Amino acid sequence: MGDFRLPPLGAGLAEGKLVEWLVGPGDEVRRGDALAVVETDKTTLDVEAGEEGRIAELLVDVGMTVPVGTPMVRITGTDDDEADPPPSATVPEAAPERAAQTVPASGVQDRLSTLRRTIGSLMSRSKQSIPHYYLSTTLDLRAAIAWMQQVNGQRPVASRLVPSALLLKATALAAREVPEVNGFFIDGVFRPSRPVHLGVSVALRQGGMVAPAIHDADTLAVDVLMQKLRDLVSRARAGRLQRSEMADPTLTVTNLGDLGVEAVFGVIYPPQVAMVGLGKVVEQPWAHNGMLATRPAVTATLSADHRVSDGVRGARFLACIDELLQSPEEL
Amino acid sequence: MNEQEARQAVHAAIGQVAGDVDLDGLSDESRLQQDLELDSLDFLRLVEAIDEATGVDIPERDYGQVATVRGLITYVASRG
Repeated sequence: MGDFRLPPLGAGLAEGKLVEWLVGPGDEVRRGDALAVVETDKTTLDVEAGEEGRIAELLVDVGMTVPVGTPMVRITGTDDDEADPPPSATVPEAAPERAAQTVPASGVQDRLSTLRRTIGSLMSRSKQSIPHYYLSTTLDLRAAIAWMQQVNGQRPVASRLVPSALLLKATALAAREVPEVNGFFIDGVFRPSRPVHLGVSVALRQGGMVAPAIHDADTLAVDVLMQKLRDLVSRARAGRLQRSEMADPTLTVTNLGDLGVEAVFGVIYPPQVAMVGLGKVVEQPWAHNGMLATRPAVTATLSADHRVSDGVRGARFLACIDELLQSPEEL
Repeated sequence: MNEQEARQAVHAAIGQVAGDVDLDGLSDESRLQQDLELDSLDFLRLVEAIDEATGVDIPERDYGQVATVRGLITYVASRG
């Protein structure tokens, strides 16, 4: 018999409010099954089972707000040790010790100001604790855009690509080449991550942002990544993300180019160690062999943690993204 | 398709993609990206919604013609 505890909910989130149980006593669950819907200051999440077994007892009432680490449900048929939340490369911080309390339901405006406060406090902590350094480079998109237009020309709109899909894939592959940008800095030590779970900043239409992960983005074909991106953005806006999507990003990309910005210098989400900023795709004057021409290009920036990497490795990372984009058909 | 039908289809599609946009107060001059804050994925969904509702497929090479609400209405009206 073991207690399933509320697992980490994402950077800066110490507690969650139980909105709905998706299981009841007697139900059999397998690892990955959604157990409950939990609301955080950022979004609403499905919390999934860490192990298989049978639900013996629900320990938290709907409407209660409880800290990460609180026993949620008693599961039989599992070992005690295995019922605890998965250890810890993904645990951003220890849960604060405090009693569960009930909070009133809040409206959209309350939710938005809470979201801003949560982001504000996370960003303050980031700037106070992480020695950021910043790099910027121009990515040549001639090959990538030409390839994409040719592919899209033969496709119905439902399966067309956007430049972001190519940029995200190239970023994920580059993170594999330069692992110092991919992972977590916890307790004074950098823990690189082998998988690249790419966080993608999604602007919510009512205001605010969330940055859920596309898991194993480096291994996905561009078409698959594109579909996952569309699905992730639409679920983020509908407030139905998986808990692991909020908790797992190992590197985040923020893309304000769609809103007209040419360059964005992001603030790192602790305990991550880097943030990639993508601006607007622009038609840019370009001198080549003494002739002036134009080309599509985008400004990519890197904000990275100087405790983990330096400008040399950061520059290598950005250069690697550019190199990968020159052979888009191989992404 | 006449302009009125095209306007209705375009407004409905915008409402579908960006539920917070006030359709009654929507100006034909509104730019989809800057004024309605549609990103590239929203735009793709918009193109998809218009295709489903009207059968008008907007190929990528014509995206430049449909950057405003008016551009979109004119495009759909002339092809639907």
